[in-house]
Amino acid sequence: MALNSKVPKGPIKDKWTDYKNHIDLVNPANKRNIDIIVVGTGLAGGSASATLAELGYNVKAFAYQDSPRRAHSIAAQGGINAAKNYQGDGDSVYRLFYDTVKGGDYRSREANVYRLAEVSANIIDQCVAQGVPFARDYGGLLDNRSFGGVLVSRTFYAKGQTGQQLLLGAYSAMNRQIARGKIEMFNRHEMLDVVIVDGKARGIIARNSITGEIERHSAHAVVIASGGYGNVFFLSTNAMGSNVSAGWKIHKKGAFFANPCYTQIHPTCIPRSGDYQSKLTLMSESLRNDGRIWVPKNMEDVLAIREGRKKPTDLSEEERDYYLERRYPAFGNLVPRDVASRAAKERCDAGYGVNATGEAVYLDFASAITRYGTEQAKIQNISNPSDAKIYELGQKIVEAKYGNLFQMYEKIVDENPYETPMMIYPAVHYTMGGVWVDYNLMTTVPGLYCIGEANFSDHGANRLGASALMQGLADGYFVLPYTIGDYLSDDIRTGKISTDSAEFDQAEKDVKERLEFFVTNKGQHSVDYYHKKLGKIMWEKCGMSRNAQGLKEAMEEIKALRLDFWKNVSVPGNANELNTELEKAGRVADFIELGELFAKDALTREESCGGHFREESAEESGPQKGEAKRNDKDFAFVSAWEYKGEPADAVLHKEELEFNDIELKQRSYK
Amino acid sequence: MNLTLKIWRQKDASSKGQMVDYKVTEISEHMSFLEMMDVLNEQLVNSGEEPVAFDHDCREGICGMCSMYINGEAHGPDRGVTTCQLHMRMFKDGDTITIEPFRAAAFPVLKDLVVDRSSFDRIQHAGGYISVNTSGNTQDANAIPISKHAADEAMDAATCIGCGACVATCKNSSAMLFVGAKVSQYALLPQGQVEAADRVQNMVAQMDLEGFGNCTNTGACEVECPKGISLDNIARMNRELIKSSI
Amino acid sequence: MSGFFKSSIGRKVAMALSAFFLMFFLLQHLSINILSVFSPELFNEVSHFMGTNPVVQFALQPVLIFAVVFHFVMGFALELKNKKAQGVAYAKNNGAANSTWFSRNMVLSGITILAFIILHFIDFWFPEINTKFIQGDWSGLHNGELRYFHELQEKFVNPIRVVAYVVAFVFLGLHLAHGFTSAFQSVGGTAGRKKTLQTIGKAYSVIIPLGFIFVAVYHFLTNNH
Repeated sequence: MALNSKVPKGPIKDKWTDYKNHIDLVNPANKRNIDIIVVGTGLAGGSASATLAELGYNVKAFAYQDSPRRAHSIAAQGGINAAKNYQGDGDSVYRLFYDTVKGGDYRSREANVYRLAEVSANIIDQCVAQGVPFARDYGGLLDNRSFGGVLVSRTFYAKGQTGQQLLLGAYSAMNRQIARGKIEMFNRHEMLDVVIVDGKARGIIARNSITGEIERHSAHAVVIASGGYGNVFFLSTNAMGSNVSAGWKIHKKGAFFANPCYTQIHPTCIPRSGDYQSKLTLMSESLRNDGRIWVPKNMEDVLAIREGRKKPTDLSEEERDYYLERRYPAFGNLVPRDVASRAAKERCDAGYGVNATGEAVYLDFASAITRYGTEQAKIQNISNPSDAKIYELGQKIVEAKYGNLFQMYEKIVDENPYETPMMIYPAVHYTMGGVWVDYNLMTTVPGLYCIGEANFSDHGANRLGASALMQGLADGYFVLPYTIGDYLSDDIRTGKISTDSAEFDQAEKDVKERLEFFVTNKGQHSVDYYHKKLGKIMWEKCGMSRNAQGLKEAMEEIKALRLDFWKNVSVPGNANELNTELEKAGRVADFIELGELFAKDALTREESCGGHFREESAEESGPQKGEAKRNDKDFAFVSAWEYKGEPADAVLHKEELEFNDIELKQRSYK
Repeated sequence: MNLTLKIWRQKDASSKGQMVDYKVTEISEHMSFLEMMDVLNEQLVNSGEEPVAFDHDCREGICGMCSMYINGEAHGPDRGVTTCQLHMRMFKDGDTITIEPFRAAAFPVLKDLVVDRSSFDRIQHAGGYISVNTSGNTQDANAIPISKHAADEAMDAATCIGCGACVATCKNSSAMLFVGAKVSQYALLPQGQVEAADRVQNMVAQMDLEGFGNCTNTGACEVECPKGISLDNIARMNRELIKSSI
Repeated sequence: MSGFFKSSIGRKVAMALSAFFLMFFLLQHLSINILSVFSPELFNEVSHFMGTNPVVQFALQPVLIFAVVFHFVMGFALELKNKKAQGVAYAKNNGAANSTWFSRNMVLSGITILAFIILHFIDFWFPEINTKFIQGDWSGLHNGELRYFHELQEKFVNPIRVVAYVVAFVFLGLHLAHGFTSAFQSVGGTAGRKKTLQTIGKAYSVIIPLGFIFVAVYHFLTNNH
């Protein structure tokens, strides 16, 4: 099967407009007879549900949480990008497009990214109309901040809770449609399979988490908006319930899975404190503007600190290794996320980690406090200020900039980051890979769509800050509602889809058998036992840097883990009640299969790009020695995997990436 | 540290529940409260017992899913945090900790510590929105300037995570802090004013229908709210309702 | 508007409106009582005016009685509804962690005040009604002079009554300590000026009961000499 991305012809800036002008539409009377299922109610699923219902379709929306408002989009802190150019600093649709493609290390589809940049401005208008309280300046106009290494200020924000406010906006739009009866909301429901009838997606099997009842739901099209799969690493900044199951189920029913190995590992997270750790907390990237990252130069000091004999503040400047400043004099502590993360890992792997787990580096604000303090002393005309005075003045400035983050850190770690350096370590944060979709956001199964983080679409091999929210809402508010009409225009005479068919029978039977297996299997290990083991393999061999040897081992180990899981997993309770262990068991089973494909994908991609660093593909000499080496000649393609029964047997289909509007360049931060 | 836990166990919505004692050992003070619960559950699963069901998701204090009443307080003894951000260093070795579900007639228990908060959703359906369709043709975001003060106040109200701690804490199980926050957010913004009168009428009517109690202004909700939502929002809602009724 | 007073907030507003009237009444009652300390003659004159003026007697007095009855009945009705809203009680509840005792127990202080009002009616109001409406004596005279100050003095001879009054006023203070700002909050008056109202409320809830206590104790002490 050849992949057809269905990118429209014509110049890039006219593609989307021309396309919209020529696709088929469904008239309002017929929309009333068409049902659409949306799985997931985060920014993508929530905005899609609301918009489709506004258009007149009958929407059934599914969330595993108790309310759509709890989807993990809510946790995004920083902001949302849009090419509004309100600051007059030369921003444009093209610049946003360019930054996103370059940031993605030239592994995304140009036409999709351009469309994303084009609709970005509409998102802000829409959200403001919905009552999203974005930050404003004293003139009453919208404020912007600058983010992650771009040259303009295009990020809109609502304090440190932008994701929350945008999600509540989409949720409010959903509420309006739920009240009108156009959205039927299924909270605490989990999709357990998709049903394909005559080659088209026609429904899902879902489990009511409260009663355990298995339900059939039919529709003319199914939209998956179930988020990313970062929890394959067990520890990540994702929510505890975030899972790949919806995406993985459709993969097993024919949807290709693209670039699973593209994972974003965020450098500034609060380190793990012990084996009991259940999740990791992100600290805004903005901290690196003023913090200096270091580990001790000498191993004796590392041991002394770990054993509590020395404090980090006892070490003189000469005894510290500011490794980012040493390795990347040009960018220093402000290198991109992937580079900063790998450098921290390199030091910790060499044994220089500063906490009990050996996985932490210091982020030190002492220099910034002194610098700001001296500056303030001058401004306030204080002659010969004492060190204490300088420190006091500087601390005030740092507090004004990062006060809430420092407070959060202190709540979690119980150390005062004004007095002792913070400890940070990289953590899995976002997955660029996902279900392969064409320009219409349709998967390789007709009538089956995938939007938001769940698809592979717009971020290539690395995502820029403040772009995830933009993509989720672009897909849901402004792209899918148009493109899905083109497909559904053929379905106006189909009538209601019956759930009384052999396909539904089979799907329901498979789901029930699997649940029954879990609750009757007499195993000796909990689900978390397997999840933690999987996470360890993934982190060690498919984490921040990868090599062929490790990836091959990972595939073997994950396969062995899978076989053991299906023999020895233990799930207490029954299938016909609220059973959180049973829910986890299904999710972890899918994570284990995905993990194997992940490793296979990483093994196949013998280049380094974005979040994927292959140790074999590093610069061997010259000033860039040791840095990531992309191979555009052999790997400028999307890897789309077709399921063939075992993850390791998956067949690779390549979507070649063409760059007509952007010149490919190597990134350098030396 | 070693702890005794008194936890409410209830098989399902229709069963009777009771407090059951458990012991956990070697709890690190760096654990979050939910990680301590994970330890207990792992222990229960390994001994073939059913783990304690509790709601949780983001574990970073923003999704509003976690909901326990710990030692007589919603989200436990710490201030400005949800249960997932509560750390074990707030407790001492040998402590007995009482853990109950959020209680209110409008929040029926589904199992153990899991409660049904869909009444909150239904209040939002009644009017928690601005009626604007997605078209790509709404006016430019900067067309109506909004004073920074009003925008900031609206943001403070909008910070509500819908966890229900206000209801759980209130001796009257009143939902007025929650409803007041939503009414206020929209009442403070020009976009929200077109529908303001209908919104407050409909949301309050739904709130009453759900069986929430009546605010007696004790202020407990404001103290226990993990996001520090102010009582001013209730006053503003009262004002909006009076205004819309005259 | 009729729907308004059926809603939860509408009922609270009605509670607040009756509370405003009662708080105003307390203020004027105390002002007159204080006169008895400084000038028995003036006290007698004002009391006679209040006791015989048709507006006070036939317009304000029924409103006052209605306000008192309404405030109590509605207060109990809301308390019962709120109990129902609570469902199952907590095994452990630490109310002191987030609210004051008196704000949580308005119904208790309310019952104490109700008991006091009954005593107060037996002491003053029933005899007044008897004199004026049954015996038809509207002169306000006893042995040729206005009787009010004398009646007041007589009541505060008994130390048990004085103690009962003092205790009741303490509870009135507690009731007002929460009730004053609460009433303003219920009508939406606090948004933005909570601090100011809290300060006035504190002052009011201390001054009013202290004033009444002062009058009772003053007469007890001066009359026993």
